Amino acid sequence: MKLKSVLFAAAAGATLLATLAAPPAAAQAKEQFFPVLPYRTGAYAPNGVPWANGYVDYLKLINARDGGINGVKITFEECDTGYATDRGVECYERLKGKASGEIFQPLSTGITFALTSKAPSDKNVLITSGYGLSESSDGLVFKWNFPMLGTYWSGADIIMQHITKKEGGSLKGKKIALVYHDSPYGKEPIPLLQQRAKLQGYDLTLLPVAAPGVEQKATWLQIRQLRPDYVLLWGWGVMNSAAIKEAVATGYPRERMYGVWWSAGEPDVKDVGDAAKGYNGLVAFGNQGRVIDDIKKYVHGKGQGTGPIEEVGQTLYMRGMTSAVLAVESVRRAQERYGKGKVMDGEQIRWGAENLALDDKKLAALGLTGIMKPLSTSCTDHEGSRSARIHTWDGKAWQVTSDWYAADEAIIKPMVKTAAAKYASEKNVTPRTPADCQS
Amino acid sequence: MLYRENGQFKTSYRADQQIFPILQDRLAILALAAITLVGVPLFASDYLFRAILIPFAILALAALGLNILVGYCGQISLGTGAFMAVGAYAAYNFVVRVPGMPLLAALLLGGLCATAIGVAFGIPSLRIRGLYLAVATLAAQFFVEWAFLRIKWLTNDSTSGSVTVGALSVFGIPLDTPASRYLLCMALLVLFALLAKNLVRGHIGREWMAIRDMDVAAAVIGIRPVYAKLTAFAISSFIVGVAGALWAFVHLGSWEPAAFGIERSFQLLFMIIIGGLGSIMGSFLGAAFITIVPIVLNRTLPLFGNAFGVHVDTALVSHFESMLFGALIVFFLIVEPHGLARLWSTAKEKLRLWPFPH
Amino acid sequence: MGFFLETLIGGLMTGMLYSLVALGFVLIFKASGVFNFAQGSMVLFAALAMARFADWLPRWLGFDNRLLANLLAFVAAMAVMVVAAWLIERLVLAKLVNQEGITLLMATLGISYFFDGFGQTVFGNDIYKLDIGLPKDPVFLFEQAFQGGILVNKEDLYAALIAALLVAALSLFFQKTGTGRALRAVADDHQAAQSIGIPLGRIWVIVWTVAGCVALVAGIIWGSKLGVQFSLSLVALKALPVVILGGLTSVPGAILGGLVIGVGEKLSEVYIGPHLGGGIEIWFAYVVALAFLLVRPQGLFGEKIIDRV
Repeated sequence: MKLKSVLFAAAAGATLLATLAAPPAAAQAKEQFFPVLPYRTGAYAPNGVPWANGYVDYLKLINARDGGINGVKITFEECDTGYATDRGVECYERLKGKASGEIFQPLSTGITFALTSKAPSDKNVLITSGYGLSESSDGLVFKWNFPMLGTYWSGADIIMQHITKKEGGSLKGKKIALVYHDSPYGKEPIPLLQQRAKLQGYDLTLLPVAAPGVEQKATWLQIRQLRPDYVLLWGWGVMNSAAIKEAVATGYPRERMYGVWWSAGEPDVKDVGDAAKGYNGLVAFGNQGRVIDDIKKYVHGKGQGTGPIEEVGQTLYMRGMTSAVLAVESVRRAQERYGKGKVMDGEQIRWGAENLALDDKKLAALGLTGIMKPLSTSCTDHEGSRSARIHTWDGKAWQVTSDWYAADEAIIKPMVKTAAAKYASEKNVTPRTPADCQS
Repeated sequence: MLYRENGQFKTSYRADQQIFPILQDRLAILALAAITLVGVPLFASDYLFRAILIPFAILALAALGLNILVGYCGQISLGTGAFMAVGAYAAYNFVVRVPGMPLLAALLLGGLCATAIGVAFGIPSLRIRGLYLAVATLAAQFFVEWAFLRIKWLTNDSTSGSVTVGALSVFGIPLDTPASRYLLCMALLVLFALLAKNLVRGHIGREWMAIRDMDVAAAVIGIRPVYAKLTAFAISSFIVGVAGALWAFVHLGSWEPAAFGIERSFQLLFMIIIGGLGSIMGSFLGAAFITIVPIVLNRTLPLFGNAFGVHVDTALVSHFESMLFGALIVFFLIVEPHGLARLWSTAKEKLRLWPFPH
Repeated sequence: MGFFLETLIGGLMTGMLYSLVALGFVLIFKASGVFNFAQGSMVLFAALAMARFADWLPRWLGFDNRLLANLLAFVAAMAVMVVAAWLIERLVLAKLVNQEGITLLMATLGISYFFDGFGQTVFGNDIYKLDIGLPKDPVFLFEQAFQGGILVNKEDLYAALIAALLVAALSLFFQKTGTGRALRAVADDHQAAQSIGIPLGRIWVIVWTVAGCVALVAGIIWGSKLGVQFSLSLVALKALPVVILGGLTSVPGAILGGLVIGVGEKLSEVYIGPHLGGGIEIWFAYVVALAFLLVRPQGLFGEKIIDRV
């Protein structure tokens, strides 16, 4: 190779490498930085994209409509994780240097596990609304984790309550099958379902589906032979629509299928359309409210919408949006104690997340009436509220078909305590004392 | 001119057979060691450690192990992710079940378990060759991944299949700063690189290379294929297992089997092919290339996009990374199919004369 | 018994679909000695092209007929695959002539990364519906003999038929046409084929085009079943045990291997799976192929590996 081209290549390489050494630019003085860890690529992108759009749209709304959180503008940056743990860790490392205290919402139970051990020493808050470790609702052990508005144990419990009600109060002798994504996410509800099986006397069959969940023919043939009374679906991404398509192909009645809130969104059923009629799922949020109109006006109306406007109000979009609400409100609550109009750091945001008190009045002021249920977190309870309802696909849209249920704490609380204690002993974490909570 | 060997006479076999017989090479390596082991820990930022240097060190170690198997012994293996997983989970089990188990012992024991599994899955190589073997090793990959998801004992009955490790410490020194973790990884990397270099320069390395080049002829002159192939699998899996345990303990802290999926196996194979098959230096160069390129692309693509006024969202960046990565691999293979190591040795050859024409 | 037959039939159907993807591998390996790791990405790329064109063409050209849209999209997707094959041959294969197998393997891996990124950049990464009119509901046979009947999926039945037709067409192509004979000559011995005047470069373009079209058909069928999305490229991973079971150089081997793997997978998952906790599909095919290779290292119908010392 000629000398000139070698030198040129070396110079180009050196400049590119120099970009690595440059530390990530720190946020400006009066700006609160929010990292966003979505996945817009990969096998789980169809469900990850609406969530991310909802999240980012709400952050943009706060800037556009309110001028920030009490005057502190919001800045954010996305880093694609592709639902992979090591990319999630890399994104975390890259974005955590941008501000002295950040809220991370990785939208992946696997990445949550990895970040749970890193976030406390870095003083970053993990809000895992509707996913994550079910035992992290115990705030005494998990000081920095906030599985707000429902964990998987709460969700599974609510589905079982609804099914019990449908069967007239008793599930003795019934057969329930769980078709789940073979990953930490899919395995989360198993302890609760097994506990309930002991208490209620039903037969639980576990049917794992290897990631990404495209091949389910054998699973559904087994279901056809088993003839369970109900099938619970705990899938994500392509696995959901594949499951429903296989259910159609094997003739399992969709009315007897119940999906968790991550398996009952528009991307999962819109391709199947009419054939998916009757499929039920959990939903924890409404889809009509003043904030939706605000987003359409202040964000999409000004051409700043992250995704298509038809997505606003859909199930996964609302999930992402409400996750952003929780993050913003945690910062706002922190400001109430530590200084309105100031940028909050990690410890302060954590206090804010731990002392959220979103009652009906506050929700109305935010335009969230009819969308979110009131939520109040505390030192011992990082979940805040654990209610959901059932919605059913009618071929064109999701319709709510039940009242609000609240998860049965009598069953869940002891399980949380045991699991949290096990985590604490394994990881040498000293649980906080209730006295410590006053800080 | 600077790289001449003039005047460097060797007066003993030992001096002649050194790994770095040329004085300039020795000085360069000492300088490199000084930079990486002293300079970098003092001056590098946290982010540089956690996101680039530690992954580089661990993946270079794994690439080293894989290069022994694929580059020196010629057995194509696509199951490296599985062996890393075995090392990681075995080390985890030792730490959790044996109270007071030191970290280094756990890592090495994890490596030994990976050796056992590696030899077991290496037995088919005695009968199957070439591409068929590559696909057969995928059986190891998928089976091991499934085993760690399904057999609860292996994950200490964790309901989710995800495991975590607590604070690490070596000989009583806690590894709480990224710099200390980096030093641990580099120490192990240097140790294993030295081990590997001496192995491949020795008797067993020659046996491996004979098997790689023409295994029938090698058998004819008395090299036992069973011994050669299985030792290659054993040593390779040991190193890969230790690398896997390091990846899990030091880099991730908390992991599930998906962290060691088939993507990881392909990534390692890329590293050694781009770096250079059959070369210790190649493993390092390949690991550096594969670790750094995605991050550089991630940083520079949005800047390019902004320069042209195109808003580049993260999905587009990911796709562009894929495209550029694939294109770069093809480009490298066209330009230098023997990898970066060959480019490096060609450069060194030219340096012996430069700036003189002959 | 009825359930066993159901699983068997389901397995045969799935196996047929695997063979379809495996055919692409075999075709390219036979003619150019390259193990094309990019086959999965080609399936995805072709399916994306078809799905999106079927969506866009009616909008651009302003008509509404479903059948016409699908036909035009098929032609457009074919054209895209031809261009892709030509580019691959020009830019990659021609420059890597005479390199070792592993270098070519890595080059195809690089191509697969490129296609993944390029396809999703141009066509998007959502789940896209591919509707070619295949019926989705099941049909139940022999309801008198077996309780509940034997479930046969109509869509799978049609897919298996299409696959069989394609295989027949390919066999005719190879046996009866001049180009087919030239392809077989090149597969046998590159140098001899060149010395009698067969243009190697053009043959490789044709081979990759044919493989691309096979990928398109496979992509359409899988896409119609599962929706067109990134995970479609992972289907190719399932075709690998089929290829090595049947032998890397044999078309009937790909078919037979596919059927064996399909049936084996489903039967094992349904009957052995529950005892092992389930989810064994993912490795069972590979273990079966591995065990088979220990007995017959070149696969069912593959060429015996002869080494000259």
